[in-house]
Amino acid sequence: MLTIRADLLAAMVSHARADHPDEACGVIAGPSGSDRPERHIPMLNAARSPTFYEFDSGDLLALYRELDERDEVPVVIYHSHTATEAYPSRTDVALAGEPEAHYVLISTRETGPAEGPFEFRSFRIADGVVTEEPVVVEGDPTH
Amino acid sequence: MSVEVRVPTILRTLTGGEKVVTANGDTLAAVVSDLDVSYPGMGARLLDDSGLRRFVNIYVNDEDVRFLAGLQTQIADHDSITILPAVAGG
Repeated sequence: MLTIRADLLAAMVSHARADHPDEACGVIAGPSGSDRPERHIPMLNAARSPTFYEFDSGDLLALYRELDERDEVPVVIYHSHTATEAYPSRTDVALAGEPEAHYVLISTRETGPAEGPFEFRSFRIADGVVTEEPVVVEGDPTH
Repeated sequence: MSVEVRVPTILRTLTGGEKVVTANGDTLAAVVSDLDVSYPGMGARLLDDSGLRRFVNIYVNDEDVRFLAGLQTQIADHDSITILPAVAGG
């Protein structure tokens, strides 16, 4: 199960809308061992593509150094799909490298950059196996 | 040359949970071979037939080895090596 604050969920959805039609990507970091996503870190999609995302390799090293220094881990790794459902693609499964992370998929296929309905789903991806999990949203999105 | 290698979570099953391990070698290729001796299976997770796997990033100090000399990158004593799987997908 993923428990996520409403403001963090809203921040991921805004990022996905802002980058539409390209895929948006990022991390919600949290204290190591807590499984609590707390700090939103939007990342640049170095691929700048509507069908692929990749963190820039220099940004990736800087991110992990910072997480290590703060004793944090990437609790959530998110990206958007802009024309398909919010479900991990074959590529997503093949490349998933953080077995302990919650992989969040957001789909902006319905309204693109505009406000409106979106899909937001969370998965575990380990050893090539995708397991969807419930998402519990806490708090008020305006705080 | 003896260097520290930071191992990502997904490869710590091979290192008995260790996050930082020590390896020897004058080039990155030699360090990877040494890692594969100490932690069997590590080589195959980092390399394929064409060399460094496309979605594995290895850094020597602060530099992605793709911008250095790849597997032929020279390693000096006290260099620090970091392995990170790419965060990528479709």
